[in-house]
Amino acid sequence: MIEGAIWRKWVFFYLPLALFLIFLLFPFYWMVITTFRPDNELYIAWRRPNYAPFWTWNPTLDHIKYLFRETAFLTWLYNTMFIALCSTLISLFCGVLAGYALSRLSFPFAGGLGTMIFITYLVPQTLLFIPLSDIIRNYKLGDTPWSLILTYPTFLIPFCTWLMMGYFKAIPKELEECARIDGASRWKAMVYIIIPVAVPGILSAGIFAFTLSWNEFIYALVFLSSPQQKTVPVGVVSELIRGDVFFWGALMAGALLGSIPVAIAYSFFVEHYVSGLTGSVKG
Amino acid sequence: MAVTATFEAATTGGEKRPTPKWRPLENERWLAALLLLPTMVLLGLFIAYPFVKGILLSVSSARVGVPGEYVGLANFERLLSDPIFSMVVRNTVWYTLITTIFKLALGLWLALLLNRNFRFKAFTRAFILLPFIIPTVLSTFAWKWMFDPTFSVLNWFILQMCWAKVWVMGLFGIEPAKTCFAAAQFNWLGDGDLAMWAIIVVNIWRGIPFFAISLLAGLQTISPDLNEAAAIDGAKPWQRFIHITWPLLLPVTMVVVLFSVIQTFADFQIVYVMTGGGPANATHLFATYAYQLGVGTGLLSQGAAISLAMFPILFAIVIVQLLYIRRVETR
Amino acid sequence: MANVSIQQVHKRYDDFHAVKGVSLEIKDKEFLVLVGPSGCGKTTTLRMVAGLESITEGKILIGNTVVNDLPPMDRDIAMVFQNYALYPHMTVFDNMAFGLKMRKFDKTEIKKRVDNAADILGIKDHLTRKPRQLSGGQRQRVALGRAIVRNPQVFLFDEPLSNLDAKLRVQMRVEIKKLHQRLATTSIYVTHDQIEAMTLGDRVVVMKDGLIQQVGEPLELYNNPANRYVAGFIGSPAMNFAAVTIKDAGGALMAENEAMRIRVPDALKARLAPHAGKPATLGIRPEDLRMANGQDPADLTFEAIVEVAEQLGSEVILDLTAGTSSMVASVEPTVRVRPQEKVRLAISPAGLRFFDATTELAI
Repeated sequence: MIEGAIWRKWVFFYLPLALFLIFLLFPFYWMVITTFRPDNELYIAWRRPNYAPFWTWNPTLDHIKYLFRETAFLTWLYNTMFIALCSTLISLFCGVLAGYALSRLSFPFAGGLGTMIFITYLVPQTLLFIPLSDIIRNYKLGDTPWSLILTYPTFLIPFCTWLMMGYFKAIPKELEECARIDGASRWKAMVYIIIPVAVPGILSAGIFAFTLSWNEFIYALVFLSSPQQKTVPVGVVSELIRGDVFFWGALMAGALLGSIPVAIAYSFFVEHYVSGLTGSVKG
Repeated sequence: MAVTATFEAATTGGEKRPTPKWRPLENERWLAALLLLPTMVLLGLFIAYPFVKGILLSVSSARVGVPGEYVGLANFERLLSDPIFSMVVRNTVWYTLITTIFKLALGLWLALLLNRNFRFKAFTRAFILLPFIIPTVLSTFAWKWMFDPTFSVLNWFILQMCWAKVWVMGLFGIEPAKTCFAAAQFNWLGDGDLAMWAIIVVNIWRGIPFFAISLLAGLQTISPDLNEAAAIDGAKPWQRFIHITWPLLLPVTMVVVLFSVIQTFADFQIVYVMTGGGPANATHLFATYAYQLGVGTGLLSQGAAISLAMFPILFAIVIVQLLYIRRVETR
Repeated sequence: MANVSIQQVHKRYDDFHAVKGVSLEIKDKEFLVLVGPSGCGKTTTLRMVAGLESITEGKILIGNTVVNDLPPMDRDIAMVFQNYALYPHMTVFDNMAFGLKMRKFDKTEIKKRVDNAADILGIKDHLTRKPRQLSGGQRQRVALGRAIVRNPQVFLFDEPLSNLDAKLRVQMRVEIKKLHQRLATTSIYVTHDQIEAMTLGDRVVVMKDGLIQQVGEPLELYNNPANRYVAGFIGSPAMNFAAVTIKDAGGALMAENEAMRIRVPDALKARLAPHAGKPATLGIRPEDLRMANGQDPADLTFEAIVEVAEQLGSEVILDLTAGTSSMVASVEPTVRVRPQEKVRLAISPAGLRFFDATTELAI
């Protein structure tokens, strides 16, 4: 609580909060404004007196049109969405089952396996991408979405498992015992009772996995080569820069439109995302 | 209702001892094995196997298209005498250290600000996470555009500030040392030191939301009674923070720092987009250097060696932090 | 025939021996209560009957069938848990119907049974609600209903009333008793509350440290406790104990310590004679103590100092110190005493109990 005068509230609370918000959100504003500014307004040096970066009176859709016409942006969007959804589903499937096994069944090496899965979460993609690219090539998966759909779960599953373990642990074991006395086998008890009760956790893990998929870059960069196969981040990086020339308008349009699907999905599941994030940290 | 099972001949005194139906899924071990199978297969194929392969690659002389042969630790020895590699190590350590400190401090500050009830709190919280949600590559492009030496909006802003300062100084009759145009001339991405600060800023920008929201969750588990009791006992806000809030926040803080350090140490996207590792390797990190050698020039084995060089340091950080976390939690 | 036979059952966890050779024969239609402090093994025993814990040694039979190797769903039992264990994502109807659905009953039969059970328990109006919309008492009724619809051979109760507030607990106790009178299903009920045990059980089993201390009808346990533990466990306020020495005083036996000198009643003389000259434990219930009225024989009274007097309206509970031991007396509500006042208390000889000082068994 900030006790005392109103001015203290303004100086110590509203002002810093406003500064944080400006700092965190300004780049997005920049993305939006650049997307709709015509080229002749964009390429004015900051020294010039008519540098007026924060607004435009001549908004244009040229950059967006360029994006859709000259590049395979729509295809990239589709690819990224497809890959993200598939990897999320696979990871959820594996994560829910593994999380259940590790948190509610007792068997030898349970602790060891749990630790192992946690450790794999700490192995960054940048450590594995070179040997993985070799493996992908050998299995003829190069330049297909499957190279990503199969490899993304490697960093999504540990997180989903860990998160689901936390949610499963919070479900009292009497619920399962009662179901088993009622006549359900362990499997049926899991499917009919435990999993439905853990749906909030599944949603949290799902939205988190979805955003992580969209954010992945290095595997997509290394495993995909043809423009038709690329995901949005890779496509924007490789197809909107010709040599040393950056098509900033189209770049920002690509950045903006590439961010929107994730932002929309996120906006429907904010609470779940936050509880997934905090659950992984507190667990 | 009858007991459902198959019956054997009676045993002693009219008792029936049925053999239960064979239900493999009832057995905890079988069920666990089945449930863990998909995960183990995927992780085994795409983490364990590549990890081993990475080690094998790093001790060979493989290049793209050339399987190469066993060369022992030659790649690693080469790294030790590689001036770029020592730069990479310095860069990565510095990058990780500075960003973590700032992210922790600023994230904590933001968490403390958010830990009170105000209108639009839910909205604010949702918006604050955006830098973390939006694909890093895309938002880094926005920053790159903001840092562009000719068109940078930041330089423009500094220019305005400079003019304001000059105007104020002029009221006192003081002449500035150099023109504002010169003063605001920051070649963010062309100067080695500035470029490092540029990527540090972007990393901090992306990381603050993660720290803030996680620490906020930690703060919310601290009962307000504790702070109130301390206030009644006469503790000032700063003291309350040091003696009550911070110690109780420590477990969450350690976990958040652990995740962040690992991600930052192995960072790739920000540097790749902003500078590609330049100027003159001033911003090269392990990941970008490995990419440049392994994928850029096709020297697979050397790239693999660089990637693997990350591992011991990462491992050490993880162990240290896990031990610290365990100690904090069992205190 | 739904009798339950527990034969020499042991349960070991690694190095902890939780249940040490428990044997019980529970008759068809009987309501048996297992009572004891936390950790005494009563819940573990119940869970072994349910099939939720494996049996390390021994046999358990339900009816004529040895159930050691049968999973819970094949044992034809139903269980009511302490925290109700209602499925939060299902309506009350679905909660009660779940077991029947798992066993593939047809819809009409399910509806009939659920409606019937809901009727008996008075929850017909709640069938479409979810558990979170119900009060504690209503949830417990749903848990009972879930058990009833299955029409099992045995009901198992695991401290079902512990989560309810005091008033509700008394209400539900009566409900459960009425239910048993109506349905007459064999029931095993676990609790740590001796009042529940006394009021609900046809027979009560007192357990401690994995062993049965005594089995018997409630009144039997109250009047003839087999050892000091049972004597102190059953009855509230608990029985008073004093360390005494049995002395031979010319034909009569006296139980003596520094605060009292009590004559052993003739009925007990024969049993106590071998203990003459040896230490023993004297037990007397608070309700068997009253204020001495001057006409009581001196060797059935003793002096004590009042520490605290608790006026309950129906009685006064006196906390006393007699010599070095504390005692509790439950006297008529009209008694007025002040703290630190010295009073003389009379013992009702029929309430005297003696226990061996070393074995703690009743003499």
